[in-house]
Amino acid sequence: MTNPDMAALIRLFVIFIPLLLVAGLYCIIVTRNLIRILIGVELLSKAVVLIIIVAGYVTNRMALAQAMAITMIIIEVVVIAIAAGIIINIFRHYDSLDTRNLEQMKG
Amino acid sequence: MITPYILTLVLLILLIATALWSVMQDDLLRAAIALAGVSIIVTLLMFQMAAPMAAVFELSVCAGLITVVFVSAISLTRLMTRQENIEFSRERMTRFWYLPVLLIIVGVLLSFLVVPGVPSIPAVVADVRKVLWNERQLDMLGQILVILTGVFGIVVLFKDKPKVEKDI
Repeated sequence: MTNPDMAALIRLFVIFIPLLLVAGLYCIIVTRNLIRILIGVELLSKAVVLIIIVAGYVTNRMALAQAMAITMIIIEVVVIAIAAGIIINIFRHYDSLDTRNLEQMKG
Repeated sequence: MITPYILTLVLLILLIATALWSVMQDDLLRAAIALAGVSIIVTLLMFQMAAPMAAVFELSVCAGLITVVFVSAISLTRLMTRQENIEFSRERMTRFWYLPVLLIIVGVLLSFLVVPGVPSIPAVVADVRKVLWNERQLDMLGQILVILTGVFGIVVLFKDKPKVEKDI
């Protein structure tokens, strides 16, 4: 790919990847549902994985970028699985997924 | 003829539209499926940038496994009644309608950003497997530890608690 094509492609990603980050952050900040907070975290993770892959594409280090992206994906899935388990336990305890009902910090 | 630039632009627009749909969707199940759609589009972008191994991981793990985790979590939590759903939807929209406006404003501001030219860097030809096993050994160890932590965490979270017998 020629340099002007690469610059145009980078410009596209510079515009769209922050939009994905904004959508994920907005979802986490505004929502009161615990599962929707997880959806926001997922969107942030996908934006980070895309940034890693784009960086590898631009610097022609795709093998290293893929290795780091795979690491990120594995960490992401474990975080989501544990968080889902915690949410299910919270629901069993409080019978609600609303963050406004999670006021008491006791075991 | 569709150039790579046009294809990337279309995929990125679809990505933001699907992400917006997953955030603003009332029904949690549809939001989880929209999230799987976001993963699929990220996979297509990765394939376009010649990252096939990461793309396969993204598709199988994120679009597959994480969607199953979400659907399981949603099914194990109580569904709202119809009346609760209607009231909840109305109240939700008052908070979430700002998001598309915010995304348009941020997109327009970012389009004015001047991106410096990238010098052409010679490619480093390497196999992903060799990089993972030879150069990123600590990453592999970290991944194994994280997976083990996840497994033990799930076992502990879903352990049956012993019932306390009350004295009569």
